[in-house]
Formats: sequence, C-alpha cells, structure tokens
Amino acid sequence: MSAPVPLALTVNGVEVARAVAPRTTLADFLRLDLELTGTHTGCEMGACGACLVMMDGVPVHSCLVLAVQAEGAVIETVEGLSERGAIAELQQAFHQRNALQCGFCTPGVLVNAHALLEHGGVPTREDIRDALSGNYCRCTGYEAIVDAIETTARLRAGAEGQP
Amino acid sequence: MKARAFSYVRSETLADAYAAFAQAGDASYISGGQSLVPALALRLQAPELLVDLGAVAEMHGVTLDGDMLRIGGLTRHAQMLTEPLIARHAPLLAQAAPHVAHPAIRNRGTLGGSVALADPASEFPAMMLAMDARMEIFGAAGTRLVPADAYFQDLYQTALEPGEILVALHVPSVGPRHRWAFDELTRRRGDYAMVGAGLQGLFEEDGRIEHIRIAFFSVAATPVRVKSVEAALAGRKIDAALIAHVQGLIDAELDPAEDEHLPPAMRLHLARVLLGRLLQTVSSPT
Repeated sequence: MSAPVPLALTVNGVEVARAVAPRTTLADFLRLDLELTGTHTGCEMGACGACLVMMDGVPVHSCLVLAVQAEGAVIETVEGLSERGAIAELQQAFHQRNALQCGFCTPGVLVNAHALLEHGGVPTREDIRDALSGNYCRCTGYEAIVDAIETTARLRAGAEGQP
Repeated sequence: MKARAFSYVRSETLADAYAAFAQAGDASYISGGQSLVPALALRLQAPELLVDLGAVAEMHGVTLDGDMLRIGGLTRHAQMLTEPLIARHAPLLAQAAPHVAHPAIRNRGTLGGSVALADPASEFPAMMLAMDARMEIFGAAGTRLVPADAYFQDLYQTALEPGEILVALHVPSVGPRHRWAFDELTRRRGDYAMVGAGLQGLFEEDGRIEHIRIAFFSVAATPVRVKSVEAALAGRKIDAALIAHVQGLIDAELDPAEDEHLPPAMRLHLARVLLGRLLQTVSSPT
C-alpha cells in the first residue's frame, strides 16, 4: 500500500515524469523533487497563500493539491513566470514600492497578481485587495503591495494605449 | 503538517470508484480536495485509500433538461461565476460564489465536494435548501435523487451512506417571476460567516409572494430553513411591517449553540438583521 504512483506533468514548460508517494503535495513535489524552492510552504493548509502556483492557467494553493492530482496538468511556478519575463514589471514595481520586506509571501503574491493582471484593464484597489484576500503578508501592511500591482496595471494599460 | 501515508487510485467510472472504496474499508473520496487535503495534513483524517473522482465523466459538466439544471459534482466554485447556464438558471449560486473562501480555493473546490461535506458554515449546502435542489446519489442500488430537505441530517451527516457518491446537483430553473438574494456577515472577507442566508421565492405579478424558501447557515449543526417565516410571508407583499413581524419569528426558529466568540443572542440578532436585508432586496424585482 501507499506505493509510489507514476506522475507526468509540465512544469515551467518542461515535461516532467516522476514516481511520487500519494501523500506528497504539489508544493512538496515542486520544492523537494524538482528543487523549485521559489514556491514557499507556510501554513500548508490553504490559509497563507505563499504556495500559490498557476495550474492550467489559474492560481491554486499547491499545498492543497496532491501531486498525483496534477497528472497531465500544466504548472507554472514563480520561477517560470520570472524566467519568461511575465512578471518583470511586477517585480520592478514591488522593488520600487517596497512591497516586500522579508519576502516569504512574495512568490504567492506575485502569482496571484500575475493572474489578476492577465484579465487586462486596471483593477480597482478593492478588486486587488479581493484578489489578494487569500495572501498573508506580515511585513508590509499590504498598502505597498496594492500600490505596486496598481502601478503595474496602469503601466501596462498605458503601454497598450500607445500607437 | 504532513499527511499520513495512503494509497491512491483514480477511478474513471462511478462503479469502479464505489468498488474501490468498498474493498478498502477505510477510504475517502477526493474531488477538489480543498477541505480534505488540509484535513489530511492536520491528520484529522487518515484513510488508507484515497479514491480520486476527478476523471469520472458523469460528474463533469452543466446541462439543462427541461426545467431542471444538472450541475456535475465536479463543477468548480469558480465556474459558478462563469458558467452561463448557472447565471441564467441558478443565479443564487452565482450570487453566493464570491463569498466562498478565496479566489484560489474557488479554482479547485467543487460544488459536489462542498455539498457532500455539508459543513454547516458553508454557503453552497444552504443554497441547495433555498433552491429546493435534488442530490443525485450513486450507491449499491444505482442512482437515486434525494431532495435537499431530506439530505442534511446532522453535523456533517447527510443522506449519503458510506461509500455513496454525490454525482450531481439538480436545481429547478428560475423563471421570470422568481426573485432571489444572498448575503452573509463575516469578520473578514473570505472568512466563514458569523451568519449567512439565501432565499428564493416565486412572486405574483402584483408583488405578493406565492411561496418562498429561506435557508440560513452558520446557525446550527446543518443548514436550516426558517419555515414559520416562509409561511408568514406566503400570500403577502413585503413591507416594513411584514419584515419586522417575520424578524420576530427568528428567535423561535433558530437555536444557535453556545460559542465563546459569538454568543447565541448576538447570532440571533445578526440573523434578524440579515433576514431584513434580504427581504428588502427582493421587495422589488431581482
């Protein structure tokens, strides 16, 4: 019983095949098996949001998904988003607005902010706060995070508006 | 904070899943896993086998059959906000969905999982009562339909027998004379409600209520209808006096348990406030 189960999925554009113990969460699989430690594990019960990753195009808590449930899925972690430049403006804005201090929550916040901004347009501050309602940050008081996301949304909207 | 080891099987048919569960003896089904995985991590549950329902075809999809909307049990919470058939035929679910947990949880959590767990503080189980839904249940004798009124039995106890599977939810479609409303009172966005409720009613052209169903959650061991309130509203037109009258019936209908964070008297007060707001909302057409 509890024998390893074959698992095949795509992580940051790379096809991966491994055998995993059924109890392994996607978060632990990413961190321990694939050594993608940008995904952080905080509460490991879906409360803190540090472990958010993109799964088939939407943000999910990787601590609340068993790795075996991700069979065939397309996963993108904060490393993948960073390396392909998808969150470059967000990262720059976080830096400029001091939207992080210890940085523990930042990968999850970036993944959620990326998902929100993918809808296009400029979300209201209330929309941004609602989207981040599942992300805990114990350093910033959130105001700077909301600033950074809003700034990035305005930047992108302005860039799109130019000829 | 790590789950105890367990075996895992992904079933593609209801019969296979049911057989795997029965053979294991100590098994759990998993759909979206947004309640089960934390329970495993905290070792509140430690089954020997997890039977994954994610690949069962009959549990996917939303279809309209006459006046009945069939929502597959694996339909995710987020789809309550994006699925056109739900917006048109079961709008109370779309209205409740933004209040269910946080966006990333809604991307994984399933309607069937929520109703099968029957957390008394959850939004969707109570909406099943308000909408007079039927639960499609697969078991040893095949498939049966159980009305919401007979489904919720006690704390986390439903009409589901061990090993049975909640396949789909059947929701009567709303028509032009229906009105509905949902609201809840929480301390923080996305938290469990201190008190929540949804209602759905059929209204006459002149605004009188033909019949109405009102379901509260977070007030008892199960979601509950307030039947004396429903009866007092039938045949009447909503005005301030009627609202005050039915608010006065709440104390006799609900009996919240002692709670160190929220005394019963305060919960009853919040329930009266919420009832008043919801009735005000449907006093004009939805």
